[in-house]
Amino acid sequence: MNSTRKIQVYYPGRFWIMVLFLLGCFFAIALRTYYLQVVRSDYLQRQADARHLRVVKVTALRGMILDRNGDPLAISTPVDSVWAVPSEFKGGRDRWPALARLLDLDPGSLGSLYRRHAKREFMYIKRQVPPALAQRVLALNVPGVALRREYKRYYPAGAMTGHVVGFTDVDDRGQEGLEYAFDDYLSGQNGEKLVIKDGHRKIIEDVKSIQPTLDGQTLVLSLDTRLQYLASRALSSAVAAHGAQAGSLVILDSRTGELLAMVNAPDFNPNNRAKLKSDHFRNRAVTDVFEPGSTIKPFTIATALESRKFGPDSRIDTSPGWLQVGRHKIHDARNYGLLTVSRVVVKSSNVGASKIALQLTPKSLWSMLRGLGAGRATGIGLPGEASGALAPYQSWRPVKQATIAYGYGLSMTALQLARAYTSLANGGVVLPVSLKPHQGFVNGRRVMSVVTSREVNRMLELAVGEQGTGIAAHIPQYRAAGKTGTVHKITKSGYAKNRYMSIFAGFAPASHPRLVAVVMIDEPTLGGYFGGQVAAPVFAQVMTDALRLLNVAPDAVGVNSNSFVNMSSPRHALGEVDHG
Amino acid sequence: MLRTDQLHIDWPLMVGLLTLSFISLFVLYSAGGEDLGMVFRQVLRIIMAFAVMIAVAQVAPSSLMRWSPYLFIGGMILLLAVWGVGVIGKGAQRWLNLGLFQFQPAEIMKLAVPMTLAWLFTKHPLPPDLKVLGLAALLLGFPIILVLKQPDLGTALMIAASGLVVIFLAGMRWRLIGLLTLAAAAIAPLIWSHLHAYQQKRITTLFDPWADPLGSGYHTIQSTIAVGSGGIFGKGWLNGSQSQLEFIPERSTDFIFAVFSEEFGLIGVSILLAVYVFVVVRGIYIAYCAKDTYARLLAGGFALTFFFYIFVNIGMVSGVLPIVGVPLPLISYGGTSMVTLMAAFGILMSIHTHRKLLSH
Repeated sequence: MNSTRKIQVYYPGRFWIMVLFLLGCFFAIALRTYYLQVVRSDYLQRQADARHLRVVKVTALRGMILDRNGDPLAISTPVDSVWAVPSEFKGGRDRWPALARLLDLDPGSLGSLYRRHAKREFMYIKRQVPPALAQRVLALNVPGVALRREYKRYYPAGAMTGHVVGFTDVDDRGQEGLEYAFDDYLSGQNGEKLVIKDGHRKIIEDVKSIQPTLDGQTLVLSLDTRLQYLASRALSSAVAAHGAQAGSLVILDSRTGELLAMVNAPDFNPNNRAKLKSDHFRNRAVTDVFEPGSTIKPFTIATALESRKFGPDSRIDTSPGWLQVGRHKIHDARNYGLLTVSRVVVKSSNVGASKIALQLTPKSLWSMLRGLGAGRATGIGLPGEASGALAPYQSWRPVKQATIAYGYGLSMTALQLARAYTSLANGGVVLPVSLKPHQGFVNGRRVMSVVTSREVNRMLELAVGEQGTGIAAHIPQYRAAGKTGTVHKITKSGYAKNRYMSIFAGFAPASHPRLVAVVMIDEPTLGGYFGGQVAAPVFAQVMTDALRLLNVAPDAVGVNSNSFVNMSSPRHALGEVDHG
Repeated sequence: MLRTDQLHIDWPLMVGLLTLSFISLFVLYSAGGEDLGMVFRQVLRIIMAFAVMIAVAQVAPSSLMRWSPYLFIGGMILLLAVWGVGVIGKGAQRWLNLGLFQFQPAEIMKLAVPMTLAWLFTKHPLPPDLKVLGLAALLLGFPIILVLKQPDLGTALMIAASGLVVIFLAGMRWRLIGLLTLAAAAIAPLIWSHLHAYQQKRITTLFDPWADPLGSGYHTIQSTIAVGSGGIFGKGWLNGSQSQLEFIPERSTDFIFAVFSEEFGLIGVSILLAVYVFVVVRGIYIAYCAKDTYARLLAGGFALTFFFYIFVNIGMVSGVLPIVGVPLPLISYGGTSMVTLMAAFGILMSIHTHRKLLSH
């Protein structure tokens, strides 16, 4: 047949060569797999494990910061950070526009982000996005893109508590305020776990925990967010209304020394700090010192009463309205003539206070002020606290003794001044101040007798009365006690002639004191500058609302509040600038 | 009543192919991330491919031989069309969109080139003289160049292999083979400089994949680790960590052997290789039994090309050959190459079954 003839020219040798070659190749494959799967198996198995098993950090949940009522001031919410492996990321160029749209990024930015990290193995695309959005990002399936769980700090009270609570940075480390001071307490300890990761570096499965994660602890503060709100509102509007540079307001519980409110102006919103100057971050109530001025006078008087050389009704001649001490001339607003010790406080006579002080020993006055905490930081635990200054009495010359009597030549923070006033509100015992709610007995220090404190309180009540400089601090239905202060600001070239700080320190209700408050307004430029005009109304406004809010029993029921004539009346002697 | 031998089915081959298809579905389920839809689509492709095989098996070898040059011409026209579309579209082009489905003309050439060469050699006395060999070189060279232009190195290699096997079996002189080998060695550097950068990198990486473990060496390292970490018994079906954790690229297509060997180990690989050897040996046996030059050349060519596929794929996955886009025959996910392969097996069956009919 035809076909058999054609077969004759066929080369069977070629055929067998091919078959042999083929068998050789199969053998080679078999050898190679045997080599990999038997000889090198252990090594390659370890290599495989090294690729899947990874030790990863487990971020500890940062502890909450709560106020005394359990209202949150700082909470951590889970967020996801979107990141990518650049080498894989470039493979999904076609999905970049969709990713950019979803994350609200400039469409070109992903390309430049990739170019900057082309040689790296990791880059953040966007940090801290809401988990729901992150899941949509994941659903886009862009090559190389993955999520990392992080926690974002959120401050429900916003600007109100910004200074006290502070804030954390993007890596969840405390930067300011309590977040900084209590960082270790709040941040807990990150754990480590062994996980299986896939080729896209996503975690597939947890194998075991290597180091347990210890979540941060909750920090409970003595602050009352409601009072904080009242204080913040009143202070901000006063600073704005008076065109002032800054202000601070501190409220303490006069029975325990607990810090109930601490606000400053200008403030900042810790949830959005994009365009802020670091100047706004300063918690002035603890970091900035000032000369307390006339608000110190009650303690000069207390020292005098304690010395028994003076009684409340001892007479002091303040004519002719000024007093020469060495080369220094001390002024009153006007000539008050003959005043009782009590009236020296009510009228805020510098001459009177100086004359009294000059009859006391320097040591007794120093001991009183030192005992109240002048020159000693409160140690409340807020970062950057200033301690103020009080020179040792051995170095005092008469003029120093005379000026310290009305609050010049020593400096303190608003918080220190408030602490000093707890002694008057608390029967002569100054209390340590505290950020945390108190449990049990508070161990204070007696700086004056109960009798002295009562007598001084009586004077301070009169000081906010009809005749006093602090009439604007009057609180309807409650008896208030307090003292105004107006001081010249210190500049590089000495005391500024017409730049002032307006201060008010006081407590209420006077019969059973509950709250101590200090208001300090820095450089008011509109609507007066006297402490009685600027700071005292803030005190009244905050206290009025705070006492009602705390259900404090009124102690002036039935007293017709209209018996005090129009509070803003100019005919009342508000003037009491303590000319240095 | 139709008897089964009238269906022109070679049952040993059929059993081997069915076994491979069955294995394919198992591995695909694992490699595709337990995606049943993927398995279902593969089942449809297998059914279609087997239908094509049985259909081709009905065509007598004599008809196949007559049609060979026309198939080649048709294939060349389509290749040129793809090339033209690619030139106009300014980009790589492999597919021809025929509206209803996409189609890769290069696949036709895997069949048309060996068929046309076998036809050419049958028309002339053997061993072929230089004129015929020159003609054969042209028939082989043109399609390869066009496929390389696409660029599709894997397919070009497969076409070259299928053609060279036929030329070798036709009895090309040893002296000539030696001469051409020397010439090839001489122009190899020239070809190297014409390779695309990514192709060059694949070859250099082969010699030292760890030089660039995150870049071009990544695929080789990951798949080698997968194969090796399977050990003797494997990690078990659906349990291959390299595979399931998506460390292996293209794990349901070109790198499916890595998944298979990680999960089934040396034992599984041995079984798979045994089935492959069975199919190849059966193909060679068919070639051996063939009664005419065309049938014998073609059957031998297909059987050896099939083996070449296996060798190149496993070689590349286990890190001894460069990474070229060659799927593991009948196991990898994908339609076109499976249909082509099964058509080739249809031709093998046709050759074997029609021989029986003739001899009776």
